[in-house]
Amino acid sequence: MFRGLWRSVGFLFGCALFFGTLLLALLAPAFMTLDVGRRVGLAYMPPSREHWLGTDHLGLDMLSLLVLGLRSSLYVGLLAGSVATVVGTLIGVYGGYKGGLLDDVLTVLTNLFLVIPTLIVLILLSGSLEEGRSLTLIALLIGSTTWTWSARAVRAQSSSLRARDHVALARINGYGTLHIVLLHILPYLLSYIFMVFILQTASGILTEASISMLGLGPYDSISLGTILNEAIRNEALGDGAWWAFVPATVLVTVIAFSLYIINTAMESVFNPRLRK
Amino acid sequence: MLQNHPTLKHVFGRAGWYFITFLVAITINFFLPRLGDSSPVDLIMARAGSNLDAATAREQEETYLLEFGLVQTDPSGKILRDSAGKPLRTSLLAQFGRYLELSLRGDLGTSILQYPRRVGDIISAALPWTLALQLPTIVLGWIVGNLLGALAAYRGGVIDRVLYPIALLTSAVPAFCVGILLVYVFGIQLEWLPAVGGYDEGMLPEASWSFIASASYYYVLPFTSIFVIVVGHQAIGMRSMCIYELGTDYVKYAKLLGMNERRIVLYMFRNAMLPQLTGLALALGAMVGGALVAEMIFSYPGLGMAILTAIQGNDYPLITGCTLLITATVLVANFAVDILIGLLDPRIRSGRPSAGPTGGDTSQPGAATGADAPLMAVR
Repeated sequence: MFRGLWRSVGFLFGCALFFGTLLLALLAPAFMTLDVGRRVGLAYMPPSREHWLGTDHLGLDMLSLLVLGLRSSLYVGLLAGSVATVVGTLIGVYGGYKGGLLDDVLTVLTNLFLVIPTLIVLILLSGSLEEGRSLTLIALLIGSTTWTWSARAVRAQSSSLRARDHVALARINGYGTLHIVLLHILPYLLSYIFMVFILQTASGILTEASISMLGLGPYDSISLGTILNEAIRNEALGDGAWWAFVPATVLVTVIAFSLYIINTAMESVFNPRLRK
Repeated sequence: MLQNHPTLKHVFGRAGWYFITFLVAITINFFLPRLGDSSPVDLIMARAGSNLDAATAREQEETYLLEFGLVQTDPSGKILRDSAGKPLRTSLLAQFGRYLELSLRGDLGTSILQYPRRVGDIISAALPWTLALQLPTIVLGWIVGNLLGALAAYRGGVIDRVLYPIALLTSAVPAFCVGILLVYVFGIQLEWLPAVGGYDEGMLPEASWSFIASASYYYVLPFTSIFVIVVGHQAIGMRSMCIYELGTDYVKYAKLLGMNERRIVLYMFRNAMLPQLTGLALALGAMVGGALVAEMIFSYPGLGMAILTAIQGNDYPLITGCTLLITATVLVANFAVDILIGLLDPRIRSGRPSAGPTGGDTSQPGAATGADAPLMAVR
């Protein structure tokens, strides 16, 4: 099954792109000094030999800002993606396998919160959390509003597994729920859950960027979204200071695009009916 | 009686379900912004208060307290006071009751930032811009995207190899990134099109030809930024739906029978369309919300700008007014498509009673179309 993945051009390309940005975020501090604490020049200085991406509206080094922003955006995405996937998987697997009253309640709740737009809930929440809006809190909030989608997707899969023969055999043999879920249901869902995780991570990064652009970003960190927000608020577009927003835009796009094609490639490998 | 009318039963069931969802949404809408402890009256007073003497300030404050329903009144509308002469504050629950009553009557309250303008007036000035920008763009993009997707799947070959990667790219690019790049390249570098605003600055919105001409000129860039994404998104969904349908037994059987090619395509298209309708619901639902960021970049005078200025100025009545409207739109769009799908697909209206508001999973091959859901939410 996994051999198919390594032969898929889309998967390899997506992985190369994503791990490229990940390496950039992790390794850049080892090769350069990140300095965003002081002004290194005038406002919106174009790229030069000392400052590869010029300066922002305050005269801070754009490249350092960008690397820090990339780190926070990836952090938010991975954290929000993990929360949404873990919570969604727990609820989805339990509900799908067990059924019963608790499952009904959970399904109703899931469907309820599925139609209420995530962005709206986040805007409302962010407003009242004015002072304490840290990067981690934002990631947790995003995760706790997007789990509904993973729960629904995983539940559908696990309830179809429930009717399989090997699960019935395990039940007849007297194994407990935990044993069956861990050994006979989850392994079949792993590739699917991984795909959910990838999409939730991409969505987490985009959501953070969106709310930061609206001016509701973290107060304690620089993210790609806050860089864009500052650039737009401070007339970078009108001043033609492309270095203040094009690199951040491209980075967000590259991350979202790479995760998206990884997901699409996995889907066509694992679901042969979608292949021609 | 309803047992004999599955369609009616379906409609009523869904209507009840959406009503409950709306109640939950309106509750969230009221309580979430009030988790913090800032009161609108304190905000207005902080804005205006410093140059007033104490007596006028107190009088002002009491007018505002009354206006926002924060103090208890007797039936004649006079403020009730405690023994020290201080106004009695209403409980949060009583405020919620008043809020529910007013909202259901369509009264969204008073803006803080643009006091004394009504929230309803601000929204109804902004809403037409958002609708005019989003509705045609999404519907047109949906049609074009589905046609291209079906074409790519059915014809394959060069068309597919060119269309598919392009669609993948445009559907994965966040809306605001397309917006920023378009503004920069066409609006500022090349100066082909106006970069920001909804119409010429020297004009006032009116029903004249010159105004319409100006507005359509400003329409091009925001339209393109949303259109490209919708087309990409829908084309990919439709393409995988069609490929899935091509592999089904009924298509193979029809081909074996030597059925007319065009007829097979027609059957296939009909079946592949169903999940795409859900996609349309999601897109229309995300419409007003998705406008936020796009409108911010283009400084388009719609709801997005209204909510943005509201957020920057802590204008809670305006924020909650906008979010309530957006939530209601999303619910109505979902409801409409639910009903439509129920009418078109007998499996859904007769089947699973407690399936969620966005319809059953019956017609989805794996994660082919549902998988895009979290990404849709952002746009």
